Amino acid sequence: MEQMKNFRLGAADVHIIPTATFKTNTFIIQMNAPLIKETASKRALLPNVLQNGTADYTNRQQIRSALDELYGASLTTDVTKKGERHIISFRMDIANEKFLKDQTPLMERGLKLLSSVLLNPKQSNNKFDPKIVAEEKRSHKQKIASIYDDKMRFANKRLTEEMCKEEPFGIHVFGQEDDLDNLNEANLYEYYKQALQEDQLDIYVMGDVDVNHVKDLISTYFPLNQAKENSGQPPAGSTPALKKKAREVVDEQSVQQGKLHIGYRTNVVYGEDDYFALQLFNGLFGGFSHSKLFINVREKASLAYYAASRVESFKGLLIVMSGIQSANYEKATDIIFKQMEEMKEGKFTEDDLQQTKAVYKNQILETMDVPRGRIELEYHNQVSPNKIPLEEWIDRIDKVTKEDIVKVAGKIQLDTIYFLKGREALSNE
Amino acid sequence: MNKTTFEQIQETLYLETLSNGLQVYVLPKKGFNKTFATFTTKYGSIDNYFTPIGEQEPVRVPDGIAHFLEHKLFEDEEGDVFQQFSKQGASANAFTSFTRTAYLFSSTSEIEKNLGTLVDFVQKPYFTKDSVDKEKGIIEQEIKMYEDNPDWQNFFGLLKSMFKKHPVAIDIAGTVDSINNTTKDLLYTCYHTFYHPSNMVLFIVGNVEPEKLIKQVRQNQENKKFAAPEDINRITPEEPAEVAEKKKVIPMAVNTGKCLVGIKEKEPDKQGEDLLRHELSLQLVLEMMFGQSSENYQTLYEEGLIDDTFSFDYTAEYGFGFSVIGGDSSNPEALADRIREMIIKFTNKELDQNAVDRIRKKKIGYFLKAMNSPEFIANQFTRYLFNDMDLFEVIPVLESLTAEELTETMENHFAVDSQLSQCLIVPEGERTSE
Repeated sequence: MEQMKNFRLGAADVHIIPTATFKTNTFIIQMNAPLIKETASKRALLPNVLQNGTADYTNRQQIRSALDELYGASLTTDVTKKGERHIISFRMDIANEKFLKDQTPLMERGLKLLSSVLLNPKQSNNKFDPKIVAEEKRSHKQKIASIYDDKMRFANKRLTEEMCKEEPFGIHVFGQEDDLDNLNEANLYEYYKQALQEDQLDIYVMGDVDVNHVKDLISTYFPLNQAKENSGQPPAGSTPALKKKAREVVDEQSVQQGKLHIGYRTNVVYGEDDYFALQLFNGLFGGFSHSKLFINVREKASLAYYAASRVESFKGLLIVMSGIQSANYEKATDIIFKQMEEMKEGKFTEDDLQQTKAVYKNQILETMDVPRGRIELEYHNQVSPNKIPLEEWIDRIDKVTKEDIVKVAGKIQLDTIYFLKGREALSNE
Repeated sequence: MNKTTFEQIQETLYLETLSNGLQVYVLPKKGFNKTFATFTTKYGSIDNYFTPIGEQEPVRVPDGIAHFLEHKLFEDEEGDVFQQFSKQGASANAFTSFTRTAYLFSSTSEIEKNLGTLVDFVQKPYFTKDSVDKEKGIIEQEIKMYEDNPDWQNFFGLLKSMFKKHPVAIDIAGTVDSINNTTKDLLYTCYHTFYHPSNMVLFIVGNVEPEKLIKQVRQNQENKKFAAPEDINRITPEEPAEVAEKKKVIPMAVNTGKCLVGIKEKEPDKQGEDLLRHELSLQLVLEMMFGQSSENYQTLYEEGLIDDTFSFDYTAEYGFGFSVIGGDSSNPEALADRIREMIIKFTNKELDQNAVDRIRKKKIGYFLKAMNSPEFIANQFTRYLFNDMDLFEVIPVLESLTAEELTETMENHFAVDSQLSQCLIVPEGERTSE
């Protein structure tokens, strides 16, 4: 594994991973702040406004033309949740000029453009361009409304809302449509300045690069300074609200397929001792195509095309997802609960565990083959107060025993069952 | 074993065509943990009318059978092949497209074992009545999942409005009815006709030794018996040049409408370098017309008609081809009209040489980026090969395209009066409160 070089430049933690494997260079900037209702919509909207007009390139067309000229450099932004942290990401992939006939210094031009987007927005008198803000509000509202159209995403959103009603994690990563109405070019700009001052900032560079050269370029183009010293990372998760009894929530829509999403509390987050036992639990239970859910819900009972589970590493949740015929709700939940019981009772073999370790390790190694994946994994250790160096992951996985998994299974509690049910009257059958 | 080196992108490709006709390609990639392999047959959802090997009369098989077959090959006498792969630390998958069925695995260890498993399971069909019936429930849920997916419905709605008879307009997974008409015997008929090694390509990308893997596959194949290769007689219905209908509107349980505009290819018979030049030309033209750096994109965004789901593409295979333009819109009707107007206006203007050069650079950069992806290389190389094209010719061809050639291709393709269709997804009337 290529070594990552870390250092502090002004207010940012800079991480450089030199590697000759790729034909492109990748830059990622992460801005990390707490997930709270008051700022969620602002943070979700901000990167869209920034990437659509800078002082040097005053509209989308100019920015996008400049990217085309840089051999189709890609610039994307998004917002994600890592537990109860709200992360804004700016990503750029740009061709390495080594593979081109044209010898333009693409890396420098790319970083300059990225700097213009992040640090030099189109503004006057401390206000963003009102036209850009209005357009992006319109587009963002549509994006929020469209979650409803993708039924799997909609069911996920509903489950999270219901399950984490009293916790920041219940806030959607895009924020709230209502809050958008109160945003304007002045208060969004004010928030932008505040975020640059207060967010934890990380800059990642991965590619066939010279570390000192990159260091110089970043000091030149990203003169980031914060008035007060960033106080490191507060814990990424809040204490879950303990419920005595699991809840069941049902919505109805005119859909062909019901969406069954079940939320559990794992009471384990990334960085804790039994984190890898939890990941292997998930692999045995529903993470892969040899898992209990796939075998029993799909292969044996033919109830579903997909039946899987995933772990939210920073919040401590386990989410089961399956698309079923609405009439099979009881059958499917019975099978799923039975698989969970078997896990808790340790009804899986040493071979099953070895198989799961092999597939899980393979998944991690494959993720590291993609620049964005490697950086994503490294970023775990920036967000979490408890760090596990990537070099240790494989070893830690190998050391997990069957007892560890049964122990971690014992901590998992059912919280909420969400079902998006097809409306009978509108069904074709 | 043949070896070709591509200087500019610093890649070397190894090939051997085995005596049974199977083509094996290996592209070594230093520095990668992962090895990715695809085993692909030139057989997809459109191949639904053909003369079975060894028979005289053509048969029309149930819709979705190529995809059904893809599902069923994963089961053998000992059980589930997924299990075998995961014991060997690999993740396996498969997909069926209009013209191809591909089986694949990726893994970071036990490459040779996994490669053996891949080749063996695809070459060992095992279907029983029970296992076929059991699969029907699973595929039924897969179909239902797509029925609720508005983007999928929009795309297939557009294909149905463009194509009158061609099977490209049929959903790849078929329908619940056609699935229920699928039998074990029909699966074997399709299998024996289309899974002969001479109709297949094996492509391996990763940190591997080409000689060793090719030798392994050669020995593997020498230990199996295959009939002599025969030409496959596929029957494709006569498809009119113009679109079947101009417009289709589908109400669904959505909040935001969707609009796709399609331009149907008039003479979809190109292959080889002609097709490569044609396809890349139209992709460049579309990028100039509607890309994020175009005036049209900026205008549509300012008019509030699009958001960042807006996209476009041109695809072509032997027998069909089309451009697709569109995305989410609060006013899909108006967006479709604007796209039409913009196409007319753009094709009546001279191409801007600066824009041509800029977009050419963009496409070259995209191709380099795609070379980071073993999945892209294996899948696309195979698709190109089945159309007699060479993936590694993309950069040289992009560099050689002139504004004159682009103009000619554009003027011929965008004949809006006869070739344009639109398909709109609109929110269902009854549901406004949620």
